[in-house]
Amino acid sequence: MSISLSNISKSYKKVKAVQDISFDVNPGELFGLIGPDGAGKTTIFRILTTLLIPDEGNATVAGFDVVKDYKAIRNSVGYMPGRFSLYQDLTVEENLTFFATIFGTTIEENYDLIEDIYVQIEPFKNRRAGKLSGGMKQKLALSCALIHKPKVLFLDEPTTGVDPVSRKEFWEMLKRLQKKGITILVSTPYMDEAALCDRIALIQGGEILEIDTPEAIVSQFPKTIYNVGADNMYKLIQLLQQYEHVYSVFPFGEFVHYTDKRDSFEMANLQSYLEKEGLTAIHIESTKANIEDAFMELAR
Amino acid sequence: MKEENVIEVNQLTKTFGDFTAVNAISFEVKKGEIFGFLGANGAGKTTAMKMLIGISKPSSGEATVAGFDVYSQPESIKKNIGYMSQKFALYDDLTVKENITFFGGIYGLPRKKIREKREQLISELGLENISNKLVGSLPLGWKQKLSFSVSLLHDPKIVFLDEPTGGVDPITRRQFWEMIYKAADQGTTIFVTTHYMDEAEYCDRVSIMVEGKIEALDTPKKLKEQFKVDSMNDVFLKLARIPSPTLPKGKGENADCN
Repeated sequence: MSISLSNISKSYKKVKAVQDISFDVNPGELFGLIGPDGAGKTTIFRILTTLLIPDEGNATVAGFDVVKDYKAIRNSVGYMPGRFSLYQDLTVEENLTFFATIFGTTIEENYDLIEDIYVQIEPFKNRRAGKLSGGMKQKLALSCALIHKPKVLFLDEPTTGVDPVSRKEFWEMLKRLQKKGITILVSTPYMDEAALCDRIALIQGGEILEIDTPEAIVSQFPKTIYNVGADNMYKLIQLLQQYEHVYSVFPFGEFVHYTDKRDSFEMANLQSYLEKEGLTAIHIESTKANIEDAFMELAR
Repeated sequence: MKEENVIEVNQLTKTFGDFTAVNAISFEVKKGEIFGFLGANGAGKTTAMKMLIGISKPSSGEATVAGFDVYSQPESIKKNIGYMSQKFALYDDLTVKENITFFGGIYGLPRKKIREKREQLISELGLENISNKLVGSLPLGWKQKLSFSVSLLHDPKIVFLDEPTGGVDPITRRQFWEMIYKAADQGTTIFVTTHYMDEAEYCDRVSIMVEGKIEALDTPKKLKEQFKVDSMNDVFLKLARIPSPTLPKGKGENADCN
């Protein structure tokens, strides 16, 4: 195992940040922690990177214990925290040189690992990190986290607040790093990014809801989901919530995802109910569950 | 009803030195419309929004918001709009009740009206048991829902929402959107930015900014037809791909970065 947690718990005063968390990440795997703010993702990262001692449980990273062998872990992992934490007053190149030096290496020695990321910010290598745009800061932080050729890479919400174009580019970079044999643990609040991981843990309120491949998680969704559309979204949501056989109603893009309590659901019945209530342009069709459907069902 | 324009923007431009952050954008938003304002980081969304809410003077062009001119009547604009963002919402060190009272006062509502609104809002959101708790102790999702309600306290014609649902769990995110639909249904115009492309689909119309210009503006359905794709995410990816590496930009961009 590259990463292994067993029964990890951590509280801050009265607040239970994570409770009884266990999961393993295989060597070379791209593993995602998927959950909203306050789920406990950052606490898990801090424990695994030896910045925080768990109250209970054990964890190892690259074969080392997170408490006993913390020095060995620090040499073998790269960590990109959620907040930009490079030196704002150093230039791009100075930051990178600084991190390389601390880890007893040079930029040249591991340049092949960061090359395709670093070339994108190299034109600005004499600019202070504090003056970079959000996307460039992100690329510099990733370069610094990789410069000592870590076995395991920890990325805490690398794409939060980032637009879809930059997010897509970032995930393409991660896939290339994975091919170079690096194990990656990444967290994100964007459910659509779950599908890009080999396996994921869905997490909320300090507890894990499910661990599996994204495909397995959606295939286990217990109900048939229907896409329902009509001319008035607000009225449609209200009417579906009031429908006597409703199980769940969630807006999803241009449609509402509707599930029914019964096994024998008839689209025609729902159609006539909505028509009777005055909606027009009604559209009902079955659709596939996605990770977000699964998350909401598990979090109910 | 729906034909009344509450935002009218014509050739609106903002430059910082020789950098053009917002480049001659034009659009109208109707009463009760949910208008999605999208763009990549650094495309100029925040700069444009700052001009519309009366806190940044345009370099050129025209705009009226809630019937008031952005150059000469910015204070009237501020009184007639609501605003919430992910970064600034409520005061963590005040209780739920105190926050509502405080913002009611800021908006100049009479005491009696504030009291009425406070009771109504607390009961609608189901916050009776925690109305005397500090806002800082509430989960993010509750904060955001409360913050949205507070931005509507003074019955503004338009509410500006700057990435209102970032980091919020999926169920709360949807409850939040139900609140948006309700407000729009009651005639409030919603002007919203988001990085969640499924939320772009919830909007009546969507504009996409690329490097200071509005490159697309239509209903999500028509945009998807126009670009021959199945989702707003793909529309966005087709339009907003900026040549990489992005060129350094002036200070107009910093507002959009973390």
